[in-house]
Amino acid sequence: MLHTLTVLVENSPGVLARVAGLFSRRGYNIDSLAVGRTEDPEVSRMTIVVDGDDRVLEQVTKQLHKLVDVIKINDITADEYVDRELVLIKVNADHSQRVEVIQICDVFRARIVDMGRKTLTLECTGNHGKINALEETLRPYGIKELVRTGKIAMVRGTKNTGYQDIGTKEEN
Amino acid sequence: MQKTGAQILVDSLLAEGVDTIFGYPGGVVLPIYDVLYDSELRHILTRHEQGAAHAADGYARASGKPGVCLATSGPGATNLVTGIANAYMDSVPMVAITGQVATPLLGRDSFQEADITGITLPITKHNFLVKDPKDIARTVREAFYIATSGRPGPVLIDMPKDVSAGMTEHLDPGPVQLPGYRFNKEPNPEQVARAVRAIEESERPVIYAGGGVVSGGAHGELLELAEMLLMPVATTMMGLGGFPGNHPLSVGMLGMHGSKYANYAISECDLLIGVGVRFDDRVTSKLEEFAPGATIMHIDIDPAEIGKNMGVDIPVVGEVRLALRQIIDRLKPRVASQWRDKITVWKKEHPLNFEENGHIKPQEVVREICNVTQSNARITTEVGQHQMFTAQYYTFTKPRTFISSGGLGTMGFGFPAAIGVQVACPDETVIDIAGDGSIQMNIQELATAVNYNLPVKIAIVNNGFLGMVRQWQELFYNRRYSYTELDNPDFVKLAEAYGAVGIRVNKKSELRSALEAALAVNKPVVLDIPVEREENVYPMVAPGEPIHKMLG
Ligand SMILES: Cc1ncc(C[n+]2csc(CCOP(=O)(O)OP(=O)(O)O)c2C)c(N)n1
Ligand SMILES: [Mg+2]
Repeated sequence: MLHTLTVLVENSPGVLARVAGLFSRRGYNIDSLAVGRTEDPEVSRMTIVVDGDDRVLEQVTKQLHKLVDVIKINDITADEYVDRELVLIKVNADHSQRVEVIQICDVFRARIVDMGRKTLTLECTGNHGKINALEETLRPYGIKELVRTGKIAMVRGTKNTGYQDIGTKEEN
Repeated sequence: MQKTGAQILVDSLLAEGVDTIFGYPGGVVLPIYDVLYDSELRHILTRHEQGAAHAADGYARASGKPGVCLATSGPGATNLVTGIANAYMDSVPMVAITGQVATPLLGRDSFQEADITGITLPITKHNFLVKDPKDIARTVREAFYIATSGRPGPVLIDMPKDVSAGMTEHLDPGPVQLPGYRFNKEPNPEQVARAVRAIEESERPVIYAGGGVVSGGAHGELLELAEMLLMPVATTMMGLGGFPGNHPLSVGMLGMHGSKYANYAISECDLLIGVGVRFDDRVTSKLEEFAPGATIMHIDIDPAEIGKNMGVDIPVVGEVRLALRQIIDRLKPRVASQWRDKITVWKKEHPLNFEENGHIKPQEVVREICNVTQSNARITTEVGQHQMFTAQYYTFTKPRTFISSGGLGTMGFGFPAAIGVQVACPDETVIDIAGDGSIQMNIQELATAVNYNLPVKIAIVNNGFLGMVRQWQELFYNRRYSYTELDNPDFVKLAEAYGAVGIRVNKKSELRSALEAALAVNKPVVLDIPVEREENVYPMVAPGEPIHKMLG
């Protein structure tokens, strides 16, 4: 099962290597990993999608906790949360196909960000499922290039998974 | 007042209470060595950086204080790696300091540059690359805090040359602030309550005690708990000395080369109380049949150990000493006498034994060392058959007296570790029980022992083989002794060449007097003890088998 973890880390050099190294060393499967600064410039947030059963997830969480640079971990899989992924797709679209591709764009609320003689480049954000659907729909036209950011996520409502409430969550 | 980074480093080490470091110089640590030249901080020059790392490790295991080692960049740093990995696997508090090329040269494959923070990422509890002299004092404080608190482990500090040569104000870093570093000291009261209930309800409880008892200083509590309910105590190799081996409740070591009665007790218990252990595969063998009918309780400081290898019914996360204390305080004494009688019978029926003949048996060597020292020495070992015989036949009664490479199984550990132990315990007898193969992995440290007049004794259990590997070849590879027979140097002459004393034990009748003679000399002594060449370590659990099925 896929789990979504949001992990707050010190914005220190090597932190990505520490986290990524932990996953590969212990044989955990990362589905995606996105990382960037938070509201606090000293702190970064990683959104990690991990594949594994409850036992694996428990180990992943505990091992991550042992990294000194890891400040806080939340498994938000069971929470109500907003998640987004951004994709850029360069797809074949000559004269005969162009209109169709643009129509598909409309349906998915994707935007055309670049245009070549025989290609269109689209940008689309959405959850994992939507991005997958767009990709599948465009595949018959011939996808020349594709890049996805990996998922970022945030819990809905007032619940905070941020830096401020460190220590309020019971450790296991 | 302005100081160099190197001066701040050394002053910070002194402020952490460090009295001795083990090291080896080189280009980028010249600024540090220049400070050490007339510092009150004692520096022991080993003959190889691996020796320095193991010596720091041995020092830490014997004293309970963090061990410190120092090496130059590149090859100096990579030579520390085995020692760091060894300390990591056995949770030994250690701070390793490496020099690094100057910051403008970083990342350019400069002369003697090695990415040691990258290399040691998976074998340190944490590591630091210091890029500004201003950060040195704080980094040293954090490094010692991390290395010694929670579950101990090695921490590495990498110091570029311009950082140790640079000048800055030495300001007190104040208390450690690491928002991402937390550990549970106090166990959860609910977990303690569940543990107490389980112990009270059990009929056939067994304690399975590991290195966490020794490093957590919980031996007193362990003894109290065991005696309160007359529970048998099995220890792992790392746990030897954490419970007195001569106590009637001791069933000795469990696992691959454990005693039969320890493994039987584990296999038939209804409650297994793991204390400071990690359910290592050398202990459990076939996991599905490890304590199959038992409720599994696991007491440990590291929450990640709970459920890592073995499903746990009752976890208790916290300092082992505190956890045991709280359990003891809530427990009503009660005796499972039928169970105790059963174990007494097993002990009588399946004692540890070996056949004696005209030759010196390796087991006899260990037994004699135990007799001559009256269990009062600090014993280190290398890795192999002699190590297992030591674990089986030396009766360890006090914590921190058995010092051996457990998790990593590092040949070449024992002798440099013994040097560190002797530095930590100058008035005690320190003996490395060695194999003829292993001793040659760090034999150069004889020069260190002689140089600093550290009267470490090395007893080479000389079977002319990489014995443990030969045993596996005999049992599982049809006696095809592929590259395991050794042509050894004359160890007596070798000792003498280094300025140590060499003694060869020619026959059985000389063994005791030779040991006594060695202990009487206040110098490093190498005892070359030729033993029965193809003795095997028994009992033994073959790989993949449940631990109650033992050979021998
Ligand atoms: C550095 C290292 N290399 C290889 C091994 C594999 N190994 C384990 S025991 C052993 C034989 C050790 O021989 P010796 O020191 O003579 O001890 P004996 O088993 O004969 O008592 C070897 C090669 C190891 N544990 N460590
Ligand atoms: Mg040998």
